[in-house]
Formats: sequence, structure tokens, C-alpha cells
Amino acid sequence: MSYNWNWGIFGSPVPTGDTTYLGWMLSGLQTTILLSLSAWVIALALGSLMGVLRTVPHKGLSGIAAAYVEVFRNIPLLVQLFIWYFVLPEVLPFGLGERFKQDLSPLAQQFLSAMVCLGFFTSARVCEQVRSGINSLPRGQKNAGLALGFTLPQTYRHVLLPMAFRLVIPPLTSEFLNIFKNSAVCSTIGLLELAAQGRQLVDYTAQPYESFIAVTLLYLLINVVVMLLMRVIENRSRVPGYIGGK
Amino acid sequence: MSCIRIPSLAALALCASLVPPAFAQESATLAKIKSSGTIALGHRESSIPFSYYDDKQQVVGYSQELMLKVVDAVKAELKLPALALKLTPVTSQNRIPLIQNGTIDIECGSTTNNTERARQVAFSNTIFIIGTRLMTKKESGIKDFPDLAGKNVVTTAGTTSERLIRKMNEEKKLGMNIISAKDHGESFLTLETGRAVAFMMDDALLYGELAKAKRPADWAVVGTPQSFEAYGCMMRKDDPGFKKLVDAALAKAMTSGEAEAIYKKWFTQPIPPKGLNLNFPPSDAMLKLYKAPNDKPFE
Repeated sequence: MSYNWNWGIFGSPVPTGDTTYLGWMLSGLQTTILLSLSAWVIALALGSLMGVLRTVPHKGLSGIAAAYVEVFRNIPLLVQLFIWYFVLPEVLPFGLGERFKQDLSPLAQQFLSAMVCLGFFTSARVCEQVRSGINSLPRGQKNAGLALGFTLPQTYRHVLLPMAFRLVIPPLTSEFLNIFKNSAVCSTIGLLELAAQGRQLVDYTAQPYESFIAVTLLYLLINVVVMLLMRVIENRSRVPGYIGGK
Repeated sequence: MSCIRIPSLAALALCASLVPPAFAQESATLAKIKSSGTIALGHRESSIPFSYYDDKQQVVGYSQELMLKVVDAVKAELKLPALALKLTPVTSQNRIPLIQNGTIDIECGSTTNNTERARQVAFSNTIFIIGTRLMTKKESGIKDFPDLAGKNVVTTAGTTSERLIRKMNEEKKLGMNIISAKDHGESFLTLETGRAVAFMMDDALLYGELAKAKRPADWAVVGTPQSFEAYGCMMRKDDPGFKKLVDAALAKAMTSGEAEAIYKKWFTQPIPPKGLNLNFPPSDAMLKLYKAPNDKPFE
């Protein structure tokens, strides 16, 4: 295969002259990390809430949570992103959509849509992890809490959730890793995150292999850091007597 | 992907083994085509009207017809009238690697011949010349590029337009917000929904989008062209034998008037899938190109 390798490309200035191609990559890395972390906050908060609702002994509430999960888990991420970014501003009432499009900068519009989309999508998955965590606890724990005079919310707060969260840390790690990888989808609405910067570098320099190798390594780097971090949390929060505990 | 196979592969293999490989020294690509009995063509899926699928999922378009002229020349040169065509759809991201790794032998679509790309692949004679201009709503009041100061402007990621408008923004301090959309359809959607006041792109592609619009009469293509670009067919580098054959075939089509007829068919008459007419008469640059074919890039 006739390919001209040029690793020096990362050091050369971009056409506008204000940075190098490496600078583009790093700014993409920064956007990916910021986007994923903020989406993860949404996902964890909403997912925990919905996970709890799925297990409460109330048909209406658990039904709402179940519907929520089915909607956000069964529509492809790309479709959801297009709905948040392209469709929602067109159908929002009271001119809100128009204000969203005119008052915010394009970057803010892209970032907000992407953050909310990734957050909601992942929250449906987090919800299922939390639910399975709660359901995996022996029923006696809940009954014991109630028998001691705790109200149902207190039983969740002091008995069930502290156990459930510690049990589901390994599957939550997978979701946390997924959110970084899924964030690459957001390049399709023009958000210049890591994958988009990598593609842009190909378009500008015609050096696809260097670019894709660099992007791969950077995603790998993010995920190794996340994995190590989660392993520390996992070790510190192990429940004695349970799987992996001492 | 469609693949036209001839029935008697065995007979073909026999023929191929009898004829000495005369082109092996001159052109690796021609040798490959001869030994496999197949030419691998790369095409685009939605580059209207250059290379795209029509309503019957057939690849059609201006560039596609010119590529078929090249195929005819290859058939004549190799004396292989039953040469099989293998069509592979490509995107702007994968077209260069696919040429390099031999998946496709030639790609004619809407690929600009520029110096960065010429380091990786070879370009044929220019097949089309475009200017980069703006599409905007007729009542927007935007007449030319200086009117864009402080406004939102959309362009398609990875195009020369993106590069030019960013540079212009930086150099002239216009304070524009530049949105880079994934493809031309999405760029136009961004314009149509009011997220941007103007869409900068190759004029031929702007006319293509305009012809697809819900109300074509609402939109206008304005502004002084910021650059001219030459589209060419891509081939593997360092294969002068194949490039010579392709260039000769394209030059013959242009000087004989065939290319101009193909132009008229795709740019001034109704085209599939919706029977739209782009109404885009040939520019002076195009007419000059047809008189004197060449492979010179503009940048």
C-alpha cells in the first residue's frame, strides 16, 4: 500500500494559523471530557431517581419509570440526538425554540443538546442497573427497615440504596465508559469533540491513519483513567460478605 | 453495491493467461484489472448531480457518466469488452484510504484536486470547476460575504468552504459563528430552520440543494466566489500508465463535445429522482476546460 506517513503533521499549524493540529486534538479531547462528565451527572441523578421509582410499591410511579426506560433505551442514540437538536427547538411553545436558536451561540446549542441527549439516554441504562441492585437485595432488608419504624423513603435512604449502589458499581463503570464512547455520536451535529477533530484533521491534511490512531489512543487513555478511578472506588466501597468483598 | 458478472469466468481466465501481461511494467492498476477481469469503481451516494443513487438505486450523475467513458477506454485498451464493473460507494472520509489499499481503482465524484490530497493519490484531468458561494433567504438582505459580519453561517465539515470561511473570519475579524454540519443536507437544514443566515458551499452543490428545497423560490445563491476548485477523478499514485489512459479518455470526451452534452443533461435538464432542473449553465471556466483539458489544481 502506498501511504506517506507523516507523524510531524500534529506539530504543523492549522490553516487559520492560531494553533497546531495537536491543539485541535487536545481541544477535542477537552470537549469530549467536559461533555461526558456533565452528561454523566445528569445520567446518575435521573437514573437513580428512576431506578428507585421502578421498585416502589406503587403501580403509577413504577409504570412511569418503566415507560421512561423503554422510550430512552429503545430509540437509537443518533435519532435521539437529532430530535433534541433539530426537532425540539421547532416544536417548543412560547417562542422558546426560537430563543434557543437565536440567543445562544451555535456551540452552546450543540453542547446543551448533546449533554441532555447523552444524559437522558444513559440515565435509562443507569436506572436499570440501580433497579437490579435494589432487587438483588434480600426482601428481608426492606421488611426489617419498615419493621424498625422507618418510613418507606427512610428505608430507601438508610437501608436499601447504600447497599444497592455499592453492589452495582461494576456495571455502572461500564456505563461510565460507554458515555465517553457514545459522545462520539455528537460529532454528527457539528460539535467539535474528539472524533470530530480527528475527522477534521483527515479532511484538512489527507493523513487518515495518523489521525485515527491518535484518536483511538486518546479514547483509550480516557477509558483507562476512568477504569482505574472506578476500581479505586470499587475497592473502597466493597460490602463484606458479598461478591468481591472480604 | 452492484456487481455485474459475466458468465464465462473460466473462458476469461483462459484468455488472460494466453495474452502476455503487456501492461504489467507500465501500470500496476491495468495489470490488476486485466488479471481480475474486473474494474473497481468508487462512487458517492448523494453528491447530486455528480454521483448519486437514483430512484432505482442505480448510480447516476455527471461524474459517473464520465467515469463510464473511462471504463470504455480501459475496455478498448485491454481488449476486454466483457470487463466486469464492481461499484463501491465511498464517503469523503474513506475515499482516499480505499484508493490506496486497492479496494477501488478509480473514483469520480465530487473530489477536489488539492496539494494535500495529491501527496496521497493521483488526480486525473479536471472534470468540473466550481466556485464557493453563499445560499441565503431572498429577503435576508445578504448580498455578499462582508454582510455576514456577526452572523451565524453554516458550511459542511471537511470542505474547502469551511477552511476559507474560518480563515476569512480570523483575518478580517468578522465575528461570525461558524457551524460545521455533517453533510450538505444537514447544512441546508441548519439554514432552513433559521440557525444560520447563510450556507457557504460549492455553487453546483448549492444549486443541487436548492432544487431539493420545499420552496426553491425562497432561496438565492449570492456572493463573489471566494475560490475556484477543480474536481478530478482519483487514482493510485505512481501509476503513470493508468493516469495517461484516464486523462486521454477524459480529454477525448471533452474536446469531442460529449462532456458538454453530459453537462447539459445533468445541469440544465430535469434529473432523477424528482425530475428537478438545476438550471446551472456552464461557466466560462467550464467552457475553457472543455476546450483545453488539464489536471491543474487551483490551490
